[in-house]
Amino acid sequence: MIPASFDYVRPTSVAEAVQALADGGDDAKILAGGQSFIPVLRLRMGDPSLVVDLGGIAELRGVREEGDKIVVGAMTTHHDVTRDDLLNQHVKLISEATKTVADFQVRHRGTLGGALAHADPAGDLAAPTLALDAEFVIAGPDGERTVASADFFEDYFTTAIGPQEILTAIRFPKYTGWGARYEKFNRVAQAWSIVAVAATVKVEGGTITDARIGLTNMAGTPVRARGVESALVGQTMSEETVRAAAQAAAEGTSPTSDADAGSDYREHLAKVLTGRAVLAAAG
Amino acid sequence: MTTVENSAPAQEIGRDRRRKEDRRLITGRTRWTDNQAITGLLHLSIVRSPFAHAEIGSIDTSAAKQVPGVVAVYTAADIGADAVQLPCAWPITKDMKSPQRPALAGSRVNFAGEGVAVVVARTAAAAKDAAELVEVDYSELEPVLDMEEALKEGATLVHPELGTNENAQWVFDSGEAGSGGSASEAIAAAEKADDQVVITRRFRQQRLVPVFMEPRSTVVDPTGEQLVMWSSTQVPHILKTMLALTLGLPEHKIRVIAPDVGGGFGGKIAVAPEEVVTLLVAQKLGKPVKWTETRSESLLTAHHGRDQIQDLTVAVTKDGVIKGLDVKLIADMGAYLGLVGPGVPILGAFMFNAIYKIPAYRFDCTNVFTTKTLTDAYRGAGRPEATFGIERMMDEVAVELGIEPMELRKKNWIKHEEFPFTTVSTLTYDTGNYEAATEQAMSMFDYDGLRREQQERRDRGDVKQLGLGISTFTEMCGLAPSRVLGSLDYGAGGWETAAIRMLPTGKAEVVVGVSPHGQGHETAFSQIIADKLGIPFEDVEILHGDTQSSYRGLDTYGSRSLAVGGIAMVKAAEKVVEKAKPIAAYMLEASEDDLEFTAGKFSVKGTDKGVGIQDVALAVFAAHDYPEGIEPDIDAHATFDPENFSYPHGTHLCAVEVDTETGFVSLYKYVCVDDIGTVINPLIVEGQVHGGLAQGIAQALYEDAPYDESGTLLSGTLVDYTLPSAADLISFDTANTSTPSTTNPLGVKGVGEAGTIASTPAVVNAVLDAVRQYGVKDIEMPTTPYRVWTALNSAKGTGAQSDEANVASPGAGLGSMAKSDSVKNQGGAL
Repeated sequence: MIPASFDYVRPTSVAEAVQALADGGDDAKILAGGQSFIPVLRLRMGDPSLVVDLGGIAELRGVREEGDKIVVGAMTTHHDVTRDDLLNQHVKLISEATKTVADFQVRHRGTLGGALAHADPAGDLAAPTLALDAEFVIAGPDGERTVASADFFEDYFTTAIGPQEILTAIRFPKYTGWGARYEKFNRVAQAWSIVAVAATVKVEGGTITDARIGLTNMAGTPVRARGVESALVGQTMSEETVRAAAQAAAEGTSPTSDADAGSDYREHLAKVLTGRAVLAAAG
Repeated sequence: MTTVENSAPAQEIGRDRRRKEDRRLITGRTRWTDNQAITGLLHLSIVRSPFAHAEIGSIDTSAAKQVPGVVAVYTAADIGADAVQLPCAWPITKDMKSPQRPALAGSRVNFAGEGVAVVVARTAAAAKDAAELVEVDYSELEPVLDMEEALKEGATLVHPELGTNENAQWVFDSGEAGSGGSASEAIAAAEKADDQVVITRRFRQQRLVPVFMEPRSTVVDPTGEQLVMWSSTQVPHILKTMLALTLGLPEHKIRVIAPDVGGGFGGKIAVAPEEVVTLLVAQKLGKPVKWTETRSESLLTAHHGRDQIQDLTVAVTKDGVIKGLDVKLIADMGAYLGLVGPGVPILGAFMFNAIYKIPAYRFDCTNVFTTKTLTDAYRGAGRPEATFGIERMMDEVAVELGIEPMELRKKNWIKHEEFPFTTVSTLTYDTGNYEAATEQAMSMFDYDGLRREQQERRDRGDVKQLGLGISTFTEMCGLAPSRVLGSLDYGAGGWETAAIRMLPTGKAEVVVGVSPHGQGHETAFSQIIADKLGIPFEDVEILHGDTQSSYRGLDTYGSRSLAVGGIAMVKAAEKVVEKAKPIAAYMLEASEDDLEFTAGKFSVKGTDKGVGIQDVALAVFAAHDYPEGIEPDIDAHATFDPENFSYPHGTHLCAVEVDTETGFVSLYKYVCVDDIGTVINPLIVEGQVHGGLAQGIAQALYEDAPYDESGTLLSGTLVDYTLPSAADLISFDTANTSTPSTTNPLGVKGVGEAGTIASTPAVVNAVLDAVRQYGVKDIEMPTTPYRVWTALNSAKGTGAQSDEANVASPGAGLGSMAKSDSVKNQGGAL
């Protein structure tokens, strides 16, 4: 790869990284796994003056339990997410979605925080965090702040992270005992999602008592299928009720049209895949 | 001198040998072209047009020249690249229109990606940085994108100087050739007859990109007495001769080396403009120079494949006997003619009749210029197109007539007792047994069981419906008899050469003219030589790809390496034995007539006296004592010119599941039984079949290289060019039947292209078989989920309005980033 030239720093603490960004000015960029950023550099679609590599900051890696929350360091790799017992037990949806990301090589390098901050509407991890009501911990020159997932994703490739800020952790509420499924629809295994549905449901005694559903690539940001959620809650679990509730999946979405799918097809897929995701999650 | 040992070496031909070249290839220990490190090497970056069709105004190189490390920046005229005429070796008709194809465009660019200038620098990075600073002033012209529009009166011309966008029209008519009746008469008669029908269909072969793993790369060192070019090419010998002819260089002053080459699939059969530019720059500066493409450059500018419109008309009796076939093709050449580009669709002329006894046949192909990347050979070259056309048509006829599709094929195919069989397109198929391959395939597939399962799913109204597809194919390969190529106006012969050097210690160096790029030649060829000379497999080294050691050859394409090159090796081995025999007789103090040669030993019949051929090699090296009047040398050289093509055939059966809610097609079962004659190495054969299937299936389901209305390639990265991986394919069930070829002494037929040629129609036939019940008539390739869903909706009349926008997805990774300001402005992590 031959990118345009840039300066490079590899800080060992969040404080150093924040300082490096502040010193680097508007053209400083963060390297957080590089599975999207390196191709951008290689294709010369971006030409940052400074690259701040977060790979040397140990405190940004790992999963830990903090009271009723599971906290994932932003630089935790996809591979480590899929193998983590706490996440598998309490936040299964994020584990399931992460298993579908690209391929082994990408999952070994790419990070949860990097993917979320990149905010590709076809990326697989934004919709689960939205569905799970995750919180985003962001560090900057003025200290640390927390942003709710509903406020985090602003537009295509745009989040609430400011120019001099760093996403440091993602906090998930516990969904212990909930079923989860990430239903991904793409053309080949390594391709981006055309549409995908992240669903996690709580079923008690044959009744759906709670449901969280997020949609991938149905708008510039992930979309919460609240209409489906409310239609499901309180219903007796059956294929008919789920499929009927899933008909509301495209409400409030604004999917794009491209060579892989027209907007009408995406809306249709959202309904079909929502039904399948909920059934699998409940199953 | 030894006595004969009884332990003869095990037979090598037919043995599952692991490929001996793989250790260095898959551990990265080999040196590819890009790894060549020469002191003082300079690096190139080519400035390419973003426009499909434009006049070039001024080119400002001043900023680029300021970049530290830059040695020179050249426009086409600076190095004479605009005056070059890159060769097309296959003028298919006497009046073929052929535009000048420069190495760099001088005054006009004719496809997006065409080179207009070149930067030379001390590092590849400096060259790339500087290339971005070359300012080219373009005046855009209308692009020419639609083949049919391009042929109309008043169409914008790609090359105004030609006066037309038509490259050539090539016609074969069996009535005129005397090899059959008149297709037009057969069709006219069928229209009048009560017991016959005429069926017409249009099929589309989409544009594909070969996507070899190793990007193209060329290094030229002009400092020695011979100019040396390393290149990632399939055709080092053709390249050498063509460079001499094209550039007026003395041929003996050029040495071309194709070191290990990482894939080609036809995509490296070329005299590429970049190879010539690299040579011109090296000559101009008198210094070694390297050019290596990026993957994006490769997708954009290395030649593409396929891209045809096929109109087929069949006259057939109502009980399913074909009376006539008319084929009209329009084939997209792209902006220029490649090395064999215009001939690619013509190879299909001989294959549309396939395995069937078609009494009247007409083939009419019109080649068209457009402002797109040029097309040329891609795995199968002409034969996949023909096989797709006829095998799709057989299913259409079966549906129209209500005949089981395999039964329809059986009614029309050549029976095993009818071989050798001369076809309506004048080829003589030497051997084959379609019944045997089909019977085995049907049994492995459990055809009847799957038909039952299909019916059960229909009865249940399953979301996932099953479809079964057939492709009973043959192909012509082992290119080729030189006389046949001459009759087709091809610019070279089709022979192949091999030489064997017997070293003093009894080891053998075998120099071959064919040049592998992943096929496993070194292993398979060593097995042949081991058997023919009776020496251990480990004692054989295969040398290839360097015109200094292998000075004579016609290289690798068209599944010719074994069927032609392998036979040259056999002939050379026979000569070695022949030359060794009198010396062995002398050593054994016996008469030549009393000697027999088996398992590497000359022995005196009826005695235990013998001498090994490896001992004879030592004896002629020492040359202390050998018969008078004989040269002390058992090395040999042979050239083989085949008398016929080889005709592998097979029956491929595919089952797919179509998700009727989403349109997604999943492979369910794939069985193929191929007859490739004698098998040298079953493991390599299976690998070739698997890879071939993957590529053929990919055409059916995944791959496409579309252009937008301004002539920009939309699949410019591997994010957009949907290449399948192992994760998308299933485990294939493969087997072989064998009717050895009678036109070569090994009985072999080619296998390199078989899987690709056969599989595409099997998959598409299966998809349609699943959804025809809903009224779907056809789905263009690739049969993407969106297309299948749209076809289902249209057929069901639910009024889905899906206009397929040809734009990269805003939400699909990298393609979108260029359009997104947020990438650069956003402070968050990427």
